[in-house]
Amino acid sequence: MTAAPLTCAAGEAAVTRDLVVRYDDFVALTDATVTVHFGEALGIVGPNGSGKSTLLKTLAGLLTPSGGELCVLGASQPQKLLPGSIAYVPQIEAVDWTFPATVWDVVAMGRFSRLPFWRPFGAHDRTIVQSALDAVNMQSLATRHIAKLSGGQQQRVFVARAIAQEPRLLLLDEPTTGVDAATEEALRELVRKLVAGGMPVVMTTHDLDRVGEWFDRLLVLDRRVLAIGDPREVVESGAYAGIREHTHTHGHLRTDHDAHEAHAAHPELRR
Amino acid sequence: MSLEGLIEPFHYAFMQRAFVAALAVGLLCSTMGTYVVLRKLSFIGDGIAHASFAGIVIAYLRGANFYIGAAVVAVVTAVGIGFVSRRGRISIDTTIGVLFTGMFALGVYLMSQQRSYAIDLQSFLFGDILSVQPQDLWLILALSAVVAATVVVMFRGLLYTSFDPVVAQASGIAAPSYEYALLVMLALTIVVALQAVGIVLVAALLVTPAAAAYQLTSRFAPMMMLAAVFGAASTVGGLYLSYYVRASSGATIVLLATILFFVAIGAKYARRLTARLS
Repeated sequence: MTAAPLTCAAGEAAVTRDLVVRYDDFVALTDATVTVHFGEALGIVGPNGSGKSTLLKTLAGLLTPSGGELCVLGASQPQKLLPGSIAYVPQIEAVDWTFPATVWDVVAMGRFSRLPFWRPFGAHDRTIVQSALDAVNMQSLATRHIAKLSGGQQQRVFVARAIAQEPRLLLLDEPTTGVDAATEEALRELVRKLVAGGMPVVMTTHDLDRVGEWFDRLLVLDRRVLAIGDPREVVESGAYAGIREHTHTHGHLRTDHDAHEAHAAHPELRR
Repeated sequence: MSLEGLIEPFHYAFMQRAFVAALAVGLLCSTMGTYVVLRKLSFIGDGIAHASFAGIVIAYLRGANFYIGAAVVAVVTAVGIGFVSRRGRISIDTTIGVLFTGMFALGVYLMSQQRSYAIDLQSFLFGDILSVQPQDLWLILALSAVVAATVVVMFRGLLYTSFDPVVAQASGIAAPSYEYALLVMLALTIVVALQAVGIVLVAALLVTPAAAAYQLTSRFAPMMMLAAVFGAASTVGGLYLSYYVRASSGATIVLLATILFFVAIGAKYARRLTARLS
């Protein structure tokens, strides 16, 4: 690479340049150049397997890119940030909900990255957990066992845990999938409030209908960036409708073709 | 039975040592067992126990302390499991099924080549807590203290990574380090427990008390404390009973733990029933 190392400019929470992420031989994401600003909600849409979760996990430091560059909150490797900097909210299927924990216990885990072992879980932490529960309207269920929650309530618990962490970057993986309308509305209001307070939020979704109400900008992904910009303009441009149809008619053939294309574009990545 | 008869076992020095060892093993195994049950590591525990047999035999043949041999092999095995599971290319079940039964066979093979069975195979398979020597007891207590201190220091991280390792990692908690630390602690726990219950039964002591506690509580710390009570009750109670029924102490301990498990299940359903009726 001859270009200068990637840095985050003022106001930029996360930047990627020509990012490539692979699972063994499978290229999940390629040539992804994306910027996320402080005080902005960036939505990511795309079909299944389009690399939405991959991009989130890379920003979270859970996956290491095999090519391109990354800057998250000023660090080229998110893993090296101070603990608690990034909050990642997975889909609720990611954990075993029979785990012995109450709603309060799970939200309290959000504080753990902020607490060295010798510091007790103090009044300050309890206040933050309480207000995180308030923020998702779950205060009345604080002592309930997590197995006895609806999907929407479980999603709220996950979001509350992320807020209790007091992160500087919030990453949400399809928080509106399989939740009730009230939860969806509560989450949308919460995201807008956080964004108004300067929080950068990156969120994947399947729901195209209300992208204008959720996001400041929308990214259409199909293992590469197809479009990015004002949500309504992007939707109207048909960038997403196009891949929908394409995926539907050509299915695997297109995917394989893309993979080969990616190898051709980055021969150095070949084994 | 007279009071004299009831306290009779405590008159002997070897029984006193056995009771202290039983208490330590019961507390330790069930505390670690909480993680074993919640992280579904019981097969790994079983694998480590079997693999350590090779270390025991090799240590014996070279005239070394069998705890050292067992500990080295157990820890290497545990770290190896962690590595293989991180790589994710081979299934853990397969790895354990192939490698650790192989290690166990190596131990049996080496031992069977000995002219005289100076060490008793049975005592390693099923434990022999009555033969705990003073230096063994110190080693048991020291290892127990190390594991217990590690649990205290790593408590929050171990809890978070047991529930949701991915999110814990994203928040800056080094999930792989916790996993390796837990596997090493598990290996040391198994080594400590070998003399009490033996290779075949150690998995029961890791799983059964914690599984019983899991039936009765819906929070992590109470589950761990209740598991410790069940574990200590099983090992100390089992040892005490075995003296009177003249049965293998390891087997009596595990049977008592199993009975406690079914009592816990019964209590859970009884509680549900009374809740429904009231």
